[in-house]
Amino acid sequence: MSTAEITDDWKLPSPRKVGLACLILTESALFTIFVVAYLFYMGKSLNGPFPQDVLEFPWLGSIALFGSSFTVVMGERFLIRGHKKGFLIWWGLTIALGAFFVYFTANEWWHLIFKEGLTINTNVFGTTFFSLVGLHASHVLVGLILLSVVFIAGLRDKIPSHHHEHIEMVSWYWHFVDAIWIVVLTVVYIISVRDP
Amino acid sequence: MATETSTVEKDYEFPAPQKVGREKGSLTRIIQELVFTVDHKKLGLMYIGAGLIFFVVAGLMATMIRAQLFFPNNTFLEPAVFNRFFTMHGTAMVFLVGMPIIFGFANYLVPLMIGARDMAFPRLNAFGFWTFLFSGLLLYFSYLGGPGLYAAGSAPDVGWFAYSPLTSRAFSRGTSTDYWTLSLLMGGIASISTAINLIVTIVSYRCKGMTLGRMPLFVWLYLVVGFLVIIAVPPLTACQIMLMLDRYLGAAFFDTQAGGSAVLWQHFFWIFGHPEVYILILPGFAIASEVIPVFSRKPIFGYPIMVAATVMIAFLSLGVWAHHMFTVGMTSLGNTFFAISTMLIAIPTGIKIFNWLGTMYGGKIRLELPMMFCIGFLFQFLIAGLTGVILAVAPFTWQLSDSYFVVAHFHYVLIGGLLYTVFAGIYYWYPKAFGKMPNKKLGLLHFWLFTIGFHLTFAPQHVSGLLGMPRRIFTYEAGRGWEIWNQLSTIGVLIQIPGILFFVINLLYSYWKGKPAGDDPWDAWTLEWATTSPPADYNFAKLPEVKSRRPLWDLKHPDDPDWKYE
Repeated sequence: MSTAEITDDWKLPSPRKVGLACLILTESALFTIFVVAYLFYMGKSLNGPFPQDVLEFPWLGSIALFGSSFTVVMGERFLIRGHKKGFLIWWGLTIALGAFFVYFTANEWWHLIFKEGLTINTNVFGTTFFSLVGLHASHVLVGLILLSVVFIAGLRDKIPSHHHEHIEMVSWYWHFVDAIWIVVLTVVYIISVRDP
Repeated sequence: MATETSTVEKDYEFPAPQKVGREKGSLTRIIQELVFTVDHKKLGLMYIGAGLIFFVVAGLMATMIRAQLFFPNNTFLEPAVFNRFFTMHGTAMVFLVGMPIIFGFANYLVPLMIGARDMAFPRLNAFGFWTFLFSGLLLYFSYLGGPGLYAAGSAPDVGWFAYSPLTSRAFSRGTSTDYWTLSLLMGGIASISTAINLIVTIVSYRCKGMTLGRMPLFVWLYLVVGFLVIIAVPPLTACQIMLMLDRYLGAAFFDTQAGGSAVLWQHFFWIFGHPEVYILILPGFAIASEVIPVFSRKPIFGYPIMVAATVMIAFLSLGVWAHHMFTVGMTSLGNTFFAISTMLIAIPTGIKIFNWLGTMYGGKIRLELPMMFCIGFLFQFLIAGLTGVILAVAPFTWQLSDSYFVVAHFHYVLIGGLLYTVFAGIYYWYPKAFGKMPNKKLGLLHFWLFTIGFHLTFAPQHVSGLLGMPRRIFTYEAGRGWEIWNQLSTIGVLIQIPGILFFVINLLYSYWKGKPAGDDPWDAWTLEWATTSPPADYNFAKLPEVKSRRPLWDLKHPDDPDWKYE
């Protein structure tokens, strides 16, 4: 290391971004354990129902959730440009898509519990399925609350420009929830159904 | 100009603290200040204070355990009470003593060392402390609330790693295990929030000129600890969630009759549990890395290697967990992998020990209290490391797993390693926190009594372990050759207790009667000594700028500053 002169442009990463990146890392570690538990118990259920009998690929829910990652980026862009109406439309659309995903999952669970008779104590598939998908769904709910808080603030014109980074962090979290869904989708609805 | 303190020029005016209600100095006012505070220094001291109180409680439980084991066939404690004591002792020492004390040091020192005014998120910091404190109170509340609906159980009695199926509804009736579960769940949330705060503070709040390569080693090691916490604690949280689902919703994660697996609990728990050991010991290394150079009057030997070794320890520690499970019956491949990865950790750890010795070599060693505890740490941690490498050999562990040899090993790590450096750290930074010097005579009594007592307690346990004495048995038959080793052990505790007593007396005595310390009593080199003792609420009147790893050296020796050589 040389005798580096101290310059005036001493810049460090934004604490919000570092903090959220750490939160995402720690949440990923939490999800990893539940995913590993799901993979470990794949094909080890002593009695049915088994995944290949009852699981249907959640096309609509997944499209809604992945689509919401796109709409949240659009909302952010309109916000930065100062286009309030566009921001509110895209942001509201994001909330609607997220809410649809939760509705879709609730429907799926209702079907599994009351039609197929699969609950958390039916077998290890039920145990790991409901805990993993439920953990993800609870994160979607937290994301929806955050998105709604931003939406209400937007409606009341309470988003000054120095809060734009806060909004960006909400969208980071939302992207993370989306990315986790890719893993859950692959493990639960593709691997365990094809290769029980 | 490297650092400037208490100069006329200030960054901005600090508002005078608001006067709320009561008179200053009254008890209600003090409580009010403690509850409302978001100051990293107060929270740091509260963390350490709470940790020391839990330390005394958990230590008394250990004393009871030793009293029970003094004679064969002793009836001092009932078996059920004995089980609760070793469970509460282990859980409390790890989660309510180790964790808060290491976070207390981080809270107090990291912002000072990197020239910041507070942690990145002060309110999150207060949240972390109070969540931790109430998780501890929740655990101990089990003694009152534990009987639950079935009137079965009081405090948890499943051991600190709570192996399945002990924790299932069938074997753990009542609510005692749930107190353990919820307390650890809360404690995990507290640890994670504090660790995120710590990482963000270190990454985003360093003062001008403090590049990563110029951070004190203390800060570097805590950065690594922060990352270990946020990666390793979530598995524990996941464990507790699964256990709650098993116990209350009939899930089958660990229920072997329903297709679950009891071994999976062991894997998940130790994926947390082993990195946890490094979460606890790296702060010890951090303190030693600050104390040893200052009292050897030399800069630390091999700074970049020390950083690299720390990162390597953290990395390896994530891949060694199953060495706690050699007796479970893994495949040969599994056993070999975990034996080798465990032995590999000896390399970076050895590098560290040699670097500390290299720092002392040829130095002008001042045998002040912090240095004495650090030298004790070096010897004792070496012994702990050697028994650790022995235990990494899978066939050896097949013989000695769950014996007193293991107990001796990890008490040498956690007492001989962590606790000694914690004592060193407390004596080293006491003048900074309170502006008074700790009393050296009382400190020496503490050091010698505790050292003699510690070795007398735990060295014989190596032998009783080799003679086949299992851990966690509430009594043993006469004539197995275990009596003398257990008796020596218990006598050792009786010598440790006055040692701890002198430590507590010293803390209180020096607070009121100690000699004034001044800002920099040890002639040290890191930024916390550049401000007043105790530091003002805002830490530095003007935020410092640094040009080398030893900013205070540069300030004291403008003719020969470090930055010319680094």
